Amino acid sequence: MKYLAFAAGVLTATATFADTPILTVYTYDSFVADWGPGPVIEKAFEETCGCDLQLVGVGDGATLLARIRLEGARSRADVVLGLDTSLMATANATGLFAPHVAEAEFTLPVPWDDPVFVPYDWGYFAFVHDRGIDAPTNFRDLADSDLKIIIQDPRSSTPGLGLLLWVKAAYGDAAPDVWAGLADNIVTVTKGWSEAYGLFLDGEADMVLSYTTSPAYHLIAENDAGKTAALFDEGHYLQIEVAAKLAGSDQPELAEKFLDFMLSPAFQMVIPTTNWMYPAVLPAAGLPDGFDTLIQPGKALLLAPSETTVLRDEALDEWLRELSR
Amino acid sequence: MAARTQPLTRWPGSFAAILVGILVLACLAAVLLRAEGGRGLGPSDWAAVRFTLVQAGLSALISVALAVPVARALARRRFAGRGALITLLGAPFILPVIIAVLGLLQVFGRSGWISQGLGWLGLEPVQIYGLHGVVLAHVFFNLPLATRLILQAWQEIPAERFRLAASLGAGPRAMWQLLEWPMLRQVLPGALALVFAICLTSFTVALTLGGGPKATTIELAIYQAFRFDFDLGRAALLSILQIVLTATAGFMALRFSVPATFGGGLDRLVRRWDGHTRRARIGDTVVIVLALGFLALPLLAVVLSGLAGIGDLPLSVFRAALVSVGVSALSTVVLLGLAIPMAVTVSLSRGGMVEMAGLLGLAASPLVLGIGLFVILNPWTDPVALALAVTALVNAVMALPFALRILVPRARQVVAQHGRLGVSLGMAGRAFLWRVMIPGMRAQIGFSAGLGAALSMGDLGVVMLFADPDHATLPLQIYRLMGAYRMEQAQGAALLLLVLSVGVFWALDRGGRWHAEA
Repeated sequence: MKYLAFAAGVLTATATFADTPILTVYTYDSFVADWGPGPVIEKAFEETCGCDLQLVGVGDGATLLARIRLEGARSRADVVLGLDTSLMATANATGLFAPHVAEAEFTLPVPWDDPVFVPYDWGYFAFVHDRGIDAPTNFRDLADSDLKIIIQDPRSSTPGLGLLLWVKAAYGDAAPDVWAGLADNIVTVTKGWSEAYGLFLDGEADMVLSYTTSPAYHLIAENDAGKTAALFDEGHYLQIEVAAKLAGSDQPELAEKFLDFMLSPAFQMVIPTTNWMYPAVLPAAGLPDGFDTLIQPGKALLLAPSETTVLRDEALDEWLRELSR
Repeated sequence: MAARTQPLTRWPGSFAAILVGILVLACLAAVLLRAEGGRGLGPSDWAAVRFTLVQAGLSALISVALAVPVARALARRRFAGRGALITLLGAPFILPVIIAVLGLLQVFGRSGWISQGLGWLGLEPVQIYGLHGVVLAHVFFNLPLATRLILQAWQEIPAERFRLAASLGAGPRAMWQLLEWPMLRQVLPGALALVFAICLTSFTVALTLGGGPKATTIELAIYQAFRFDFDLGRAALLSILQIVLTATAGFMALRFSVPATFGGGLDRLVRRWDGHTRRARIGDTVVIVLALGFLALPLLAVVLSGLAGIGDLPLSVFRAALVSVGVSALSTVVLLGLAIPMAVTVSLSRGGMVEMAGLLGLAASPLVLGIGLFVILNPWTDPVALALAVTALVNAVMALPFALRILVPRARQVVAQHGRLGVSLGMAGRAFLWRVMIPGMRAQIGFSAGLGAALSMGDLGVVMLFADPDHATLPLQIYRLMGAYRMEQAQGAALLLLVLSVGVFWALDRGGRWHAEA
């Protein structure tokens, strides 16, 4: 195996010098793609930090947390960027993360004072559809309609779990009833967001579970104003994406510096058109053109992280039961 | 040293089998040891086991049952483009799953071509989501593989036997009883077990086409145990269940497979005197056209959607394509290095254990293999730095059962035909291997190499935990494009992958059959 390690080492060798400190940030895979926020952010941070920022992409948010738990206290990571509100309680319980000192005027729809996790962007889950269909205004309305939807499996996908918590937060004990009503609207359930969105674009369903910001991609990147999201009057569930430094980091100061940088305009202004989410600290320049066309939910729904762990399993059982009939 | 009775030794193949066994079992053990208490298997896990068994069983039976007439028709007919058709039939098998699913649904989906056609006639669209959809998709993936395996067995009946049968006045029915049925009894159990094993670890296809959580397979339960609950113990238990099920299928296949004894031949061109009747001709043509339609339409959909995006692919896609070609080449070398000695060992005896070791790689959940390797490597080195080597290794191990199915029958034939002569001439060991064995199996080695290379090219396998951002493979890059709304480019990149995979498959498969009749 030695020569393999050697070969791989040669392949991945980068021009770093021994005295340049290395900051390792684990994030989800789409963050580090060429068209994601990663490349721009890496360049901007390295200009100021005198360090080598290494972004390591790992699956999606939940896989990222599983990887960190697999590595345990010996993890190479200094910072993890890409967990979200539904994973925070589980992540915190591992004891692998350390409190931060970063401060900012957050522009989130809810107050924020978590000692460990720092938000960097946020968005609302929503059903995206083509303009021109008669869109429902809440889940009951959707259940009564003939509209076909595609959703993601909560066991394998972040938006899928978001929908589960959305229905639970909005309807509480009546959630099973809502799922029973939705069963005949659901064309299929996919492993991840990509499959679902791909099928929707191919015309397999009228609506797909995604984000209120999704139409902005089509408008800004493709010049296509034909997509929009359905505004639900029971409110929309919120996803806040967060970062935290690891307790076992050998670069705690650099990690703290990165969290500060994460809240600065240099990072935040990249987010809307690369991650297609709202920045956690709105830069003075405001949002890019096109974001003003997006729907504005009247009410933000969010379960407290401590509630999430309990309700998650309960809601999953209900979901499985109602959709397996 | 005692006088040799066999032209080759068994130990290299046994050694390779032990290596594969150790790799898989070590991964499982590593995951189990790393587990920190869990809740064991619950009712929902057993429901997943039941659904997995039903869908994999049905998929295997239907794929293989349909493959018999297709292989028969292809074995009897000679027509322009037959070689190209056989190569193209390999394509569904090597596409990344998500792309194949999109292609299938463009044909069979709610707004697919067939539903649109029905709509013009005033009929309801096709209802594709459900168990039948899962089976349809698995037949799409596995019918070509089963056809190739059976077709190969058909072509391994020596031409002299058909000649003899024809000169004795045997009609199609007698031909079937004397030659074809014994051949099928030998090849069908293995093909069934192989397709069953492939469908057992299905996840994305089963969930998407199954239409909801009813279609939860063991692999999805494993994914959930790892990603959602971080219950490594349950993930490992479920993977052991998968292995037990596959091993059971494998043992049954070995038990029911009756070796056919056709004796040797001179590798002459096979001519079929029974295929000349008008009925046979029409029947074969209908079968070939139907199979072609079923398999080619979704591929056509993939190609058509890809054409729009292939013109403006980002540079990173081409870089990823290069990485994938490299991984695939390395993986093919490892595959042949394991498969050829193992096939030789199996051919010298019944070799049950060696063949079972070959099935292990396919039976083990790719996710659990990935986690296991990660846990094993992590204390020693950065696993991500080894991402490409690990990917190549795991791909090779997963392709091993296919290679063995292809190589073993021919290896048996070569040993039976030339083994004793080789020994009596004092030509054994290395000389026999290089002068007789490998040249004799050239076509099968080419086919296995082609299949292994193409599978490795399209596979995402263990990439999830090991993903190396600087050396993304092409399938990973396709997922990334899709994950960033860039559907058109993703479909363009998928077309590139299709072309590369089929190209590499064609080149290796063709290379093996150089100067030989297909």
